[in-house]
Amino acid sequence: MATTEHSTHQPAALSLYLLTFGMLMFLTLLTIFAGFQNFGMWSTPIALGIAAVKAALVVVIFMHGYSSSPLTWIIILASMFFLTIMLGLMLSDYMSRGWAM
Amino acid sequence: MATVGLESKTFEKFADVVGHDDDLNYLNHDHSVLSWLFTLDHKRIGLLYLVTITLMFLLGGALAGAIRLELLTPKGDFLTADTYNKAFTAHGIIMLFFFLIPSIPAVLGNFLVPLMIGAKDVAFPRLNLFSYYLYFAGSVIALTALLLGGVDTGWTFYTPFSSTYSNSYVIVMAVGLFVVGFSSILTGLNFIITVHRMRCPGLTWFRLPLFIWGIYATSVVQLLGTPVIAVTLGLLGVERTLGVGIFDPRLGGDPILFQHLFWFYSHPAVYIMILPSLGVTSEVIATFSRKNVFGYHIIAFSSIAIAVFGFIVWAHHMFTTGISPYAAMVFSLLTFSVAIPSGIKVFSWLATMYGGSISFGTPMIYAFGFLGLFTIGGMTGLFLSTLGTDIHLHDTYFIVAHFHYIMVGGAIMGYMAAIHYWWPKMTGRLYSEFWGKLSAGITFIGFNFTFFPQFILGYLGMPRRYYEYPDEFQVLNVFSTAGATILAVGYLMPLVYMPYSFFFGEKANSNPYGGSTLEWTNTTSPPSPHNFEKTPVVTEEPYHYHAKEAAVVSH
Amino acid sequence: MSAIKETVQDHGQHHHKDLAHHFDTLEQQHDANTLGMWAFLLTEVLFFGGLFAAYTIYRYKYSAMFEEASNHLDIKLGATNTVILILSSLTMALAVRCSQTGNSLWTGRWLLITIAFGLMFLGVKYFEWKHDYHIHLMPGKDWSGKDWWHWQYAKKAKDMEKEAHSKGSAEHSFPDRKDVLADNDPSLGVRGIQESQQARLFFLLYFCMTSLHALHMLVGFVLIGIIAYFAYQGAYSPDYYSPVENIGLYWHFVDIVWIFLFPLLYLLGAHMGH
Repeated sequence: MATTEHSTHQPAALSLYLLTFGMLMFLTLLTIFAGFQNFGMWSTPIALGIAAVKAALVVVIFMHGYSSSPLTWIIILASMFFLTIMLGLMLSDYMSRGWAM
Repeated sequence: MATVGLESKTFEKFADVVGHDDDLNYLNHDHSVLSWLFTLDHKRIGLLYLVTITLMFLLGGALAGAIRLELLTPKGDFLTADTYNKAFTAHGIIMLFFFLIPSIPAVLGNFLVPLMIGAKDVAFPRLNLFSYYLYFAGSVIALTALLLGGVDTGWTFYTPFSSTYSNSYVIVMAVGLFVVGFSSILTGLNFIITVHRMRCPGLTWFRLPLFIWGIYATSVVQLLGTPVIAVTLGLLGVERTLGVGIFDPRLGGDPILFQHLFWFYSHPAVYIMILPSLGVTSEVIATFSRKNVFGYHIIAFSSIAIAVFGFIVWAHHMFTTGISPYAAMVFSLLTFSVAIPSGIKVFSWLATMYGGSISFGTPMIYAFGFLGLFTIGGMTGLFLSTLGTDIHLHDTYFIVAHFHYIMVGGAIMGYMAAIHYWWPKMTGRLYSEFWGKLSAGITFIGFNFTFFPQFILGYLGMPRRYYEYPDEFQVLNVFSTAGATILAVGYLMPLVYMPYSFFFGEKANSNPYGGSTLEWTNTTSPPSPHNFEKTPVVTEEPYHYHAKEAAVVSH
Repeated sequence: MSAIKETVQDHGQHHHKDLAHHFDTLEQQHDANTLGMWAFLLTEVLFFGGLFAAYTIYRYKYSAMFEEASNHLDIKLGATNTVILILSSLTMALAVRCSQTGNSLWTGRWLLITIAFGLMFLGVKYFEWKHDYHIHLMPGKDWSGKDWWHWQYAKKAKDMEKEAHSKGSAEHSFPDRKDVLADNDPSLGVRGIQESQQARLFFLLYFCMTSLHALHMLVGFVLIGIIAYFAYQGAYSPDYYSPVENIGLYWHFVDIVWIFLFPLLYLLGAHMGH
């Protein structure tokens, strides 16, 4: 078979899910709190950073990323990679529009 | 060289192993219409696609004929300006979204991917049938848009013309493309999972046929790019129906953003069209040169490289739109990088042929045509990725000639090579080699007559998408139109001798060309409904002709 | 190659009721199904990605107005919905867990609870959109290029709401359209129109993104409902639960999209004072 790795599909402990939920709630509060502070240009990176941690928790625990095959992780990283390319290269055009030649 | 004797001996040997073809196969095991319409068999779904996209190809070709006829004379005497706009829009949309993108992946990918990797079917057979019907529904919607009165925006749907000013059926067409886009996504998804999880024992990644690498890279592009065009067309629809400004500068939007989003898909879409043809060429050249492919690994990796580079070069379509000159420089440099893997492939094919025992079967003639035309198309691409020359050549017939060399000369030549190469496997019959070679030759000559003059026209400054032109361009336009009629003959011939062979052709043995991949060596022609008698086990790389023929000689 | 290729007998497990004919083992089938869903989510990331790209570009071009416009969204409702959706993600994770342990009854129950939370989310959304409509944040056809008054109306509505709030009354009235039009300040001129257009772009993206997200939830309800039905029928077992796992992946993805939408849409202008 092409599939050599055998993931066991053992269900994770209930407490792990509850703990994750608790952390997600905490991070939601944190992001709201951070939203009301004035961090200037850092506001958005901070908000996105917290959101990324929350998303990572959901992917790793709720979506069983911790026991997923390397291929699954390649897919996850590819989605981030190509999204970054799209946003980054488009933004590079708009950000350099005003530069003098 | 006793090549001929050696070959026939080899073929007999292959035929012995697989057994003969009077048995039940996927074509004759059930004759009812419903067994075709609701089939979950990847081979039958491939044939359903073949019939449907051939019809779309004829329609798109007829529109091309109308365009060339209009351009025969400098004045607009055959079509009105408005009809002309609608004709080239319909030609572009049908040929790209309804013929080229599904051509090799949907027809031959469906037929071959499970056969080449020793699987019983694709990973998700129901999803496969569903994507065929999505394609069918999308085609019906698009044809409805054409029958209602057509679309006059060009296949690129540039805003704000498409969102605000055009009075044609943009929304209906966008819905059609949205639907057909999901067909493309689901097909790609199916192939990716199939290649990852359905390979037979022993078939490691570097034992995969190069066609599979090509299809795999294509599927990645389909999966990553197509959703972006879907959401972009969605936004276009929102702007058009609600009259709000997303892309219309009059309403505060940014039309260049539309082009960014559009080309983020539509440039990689070019690689959806060409990558499968590159894979086909590798197969055909190896088989007809009876030699191991030179640089197997680097050809495989270059497919992946083209797929990835395809996503970082899109703004070269926008050099003249007012994007930042710095971004333009970066995109220009990145665009050159695509030439590297493409060049590697061409040189590897040449090296494969070098010293090989080349036989000139019809597929090989088509593959030769592909090699020449793809190389010209690729080289002229470098003129266009150069910032300075692009300013001169942008939106002229030079562009039209360039992308037809890639898409018609490259992708369709590859498609024709593939259809001819695997026809005996699909139908169990042999077509006439004489008519096959003749059609390949006529296509090649007609193609060059049609499109080479357009390079010159473009360089002299004739803009694309105009239905009239100054008198001094007429000679070259007459050349081009005359060439188009030759090209049409070349394309129409297979429509006669291929169906003829399906009913009256000589029966093919399981491996008429001496191919070395699983679909030739381990199945009958045509294959049985479940592909393989027993699950194959692969113990070596593909294309090991040297070792095999040495073994036959000593035998 | 043919002479060298051997053949093997097909694998044993062929008669398992959940094994499709073209797979060899349940393991292979489960892997293929799960990977298929992940690959689909990859497509979904780029599907939403197109909208995120539009958001990013306009956010960059019109950052000041985007912050101001964001301030018109209700953070409390947004936060409530974030909590509800994360809760539904938890219940979905529990549903998948129950299907792994073979507890069909609770698989079905947790799935239905997930739908209930999802409906709650859309309920909140409904009231939020209704309010947005009343204060003219809907970027419809009448909010056309030259109409600056929608934005002025929204600003006025916000002020009145704030005022009512400081007086401690929960109820508040909406400003009269006539008053806003009568306030026609000629000095506003081109700048007024530009502000209005830029604010409208923000709300347009807000509605596009949240409706696409809501559409995904609606599709999710149907799929979860079907799978809950089969779960109650006892169709899933620790050997075969990939449909539950896959719908779980889909639902968590919908949750992740919201996790990003919440700060990008609601919290953008919070620091400017509410």
